[in-house]
Amino acid sequence: MTTVLLGGAVALIFFYAPVDQDGLNQKIFYFHVPIALTSYACFGWGALKAFQHLWKRTPGADLESYVAIHQGVIFGAMTLVTGSIWAKVRWGVWWVWGDEQLVLFLVLFLFYCAYFMLRFSVDPGPQRANLCAVYALFGVVLIPISFLAIRLANSYIHPTVFTSNGPQMATSQLATFCVAWAAMLSLAYFLYRFELAGKRLDADLKELRELLA
Amino acid sequence: MRRYAADVAVLARKDLMLELRARDTLPAMLLFVISALVVFHFALPSHSSDLAAKGLLWVAIVFTALVGLTRAFVAEREQRLIDGLLLAPCDRSAIWLAKAISVLAFLGAAEVVALPAYAAFFSGIGWSTVAAVALADIGIVAVGTLLAAVAAVSRTRELILPLLFLPLAIPVVIGGVGASVVGSPGRYLGFLCLYDAVFAIISWASFEYVVTE
Amino acid sequence: MSTEEKYVAAAYLVVFLFVLVYVLIMAAKLSRLGRDVAELTALARERKRAGQGSTEQPPKQVRVG
Repeated sequence: MTTVLLGGAVALIFFYAPVDQDGLNQKIFYFHVPIALTSYACFGWGALKAFQHLWKRTPGADLESYVAIHQGVIFGAMTLVTGSIWAKVRWGVWWVWGDEQLVLFLVLFLFYCAYFMLRFSVDPGPQRANLCAVYALFGVVLIPISFLAIRLANSYIHPTVFTSNGPQMATSQLATFCVAWAAMLSLAYFLYRFELAGKRLDADLKELRELLA
Repeated sequence: MRRYAADVAVLARKDLMLELRARDTLPAMLLFVISALVVFHFALPSHSSDLAAKGLLWVAIVFTALVGLTRAFVAEREQRLIDGLLLAPCDRSAIWLAKAISVLAFLGAAEVVALPAYAAFFSGIGWSTVAAVALADIGIVAVGTLLAAVAAVSRTRELILPLLFLPLAIPVVIGGVGASVVGSPGRYLGFLCLYDAVFAIISWASFEYVVTE
Repeated sequence: MSTEEKYVAAAYLVVFLFVLVYVLIMAAKLSRLGRDVAELTALARERKRAGQGSTEQPPKQVRVG
């Protein structure tokens, strides 16, 4: 597990190395977009685990789904903050409704915060696992639907289309981007295993305490 | 198939009969939507365009639906009807479908009053708005009924339903507002159809997991 | 340092802070778990000693600790 983190760190150093031509704000892009993609990956993983829970009743899938979504929300919050800073640098304002990804993240952030509200207001048990799994599945369906909707909304709210990140990425930039993405994914995976191990340990200890009492 | 339809009809009739006897939900929804329209009149400065009022109409519709949805599973919860329903020899999704139909009937009845009232208070509405309202109702009710069942299980019932529901309702509002304000609403109506189809299917498929363990 | 540079630095700092706070929270939880383990171990040890002291058969569960 440490090696994974080490790989991430090495990748970080790597991505400092190439200098890019397009102004400094591109530096945020290398961080912001991989974080966003990682967040999607976490939500997707959470939904997959939720599906496994509902379909095959895999034991522990509920906890894994919860931890993955927790990671997704943390990375989503990071996306919102870095995206907001990026918008400030590029367009001079803290929030741009025209940036579809950012708006989508706001919607998803609200949605998954409601997931936590739901989880904490239902007593633990099989029914809570079911409810959370169903809601997590709704989330993964909401992602494309919301994306489509926000794109549609821009055509009546913002007639001008922002050309977000440059499609013409040089090879070195692409390589840096991929390494940064891999680093973020490994960081997310590491944190996921870390939190999951903690949660499992916690559950085991609770059981042990009951056995000893 | 015919049996399923008969079950749904019986269950929906039960809800409508209960409402006819008790008269709890529908008057509340009617009063709410008219009050909301009056509030919106004072929320809009005199020079604001009709388009802004169109947007507020959608706010009124979503929140009126929320009023109805909050009441949807009250009888089941307070009188433990849901246990009886689950013992009944019918498919669980029939319970969802029947409940959705009855909520749809209430929402439709509220809108039959609200849309003419809107036209009288603000500005006339075209066929595209009416079509969008009809399509949006289906989506709102499909998702909302499932989430109302979810919220009925949690400790903070009335509190959590808007939190769960509003992020999912954002695409509906986008589709609805788009269809009411642009010249050629085809794309938006199509989007609403897509939303209805996708969320009706997953709500129908996942309702069983919400009410059982 | 130009304003642009400041914003870029701020973005990185924010990400770093997020991860740092997360790791700190997890570390706090882990130390709590560590205390729990120590407490339970002490409990189990005490039970075992009490079991050996008395003539009664010690309960099997003690071994779990």
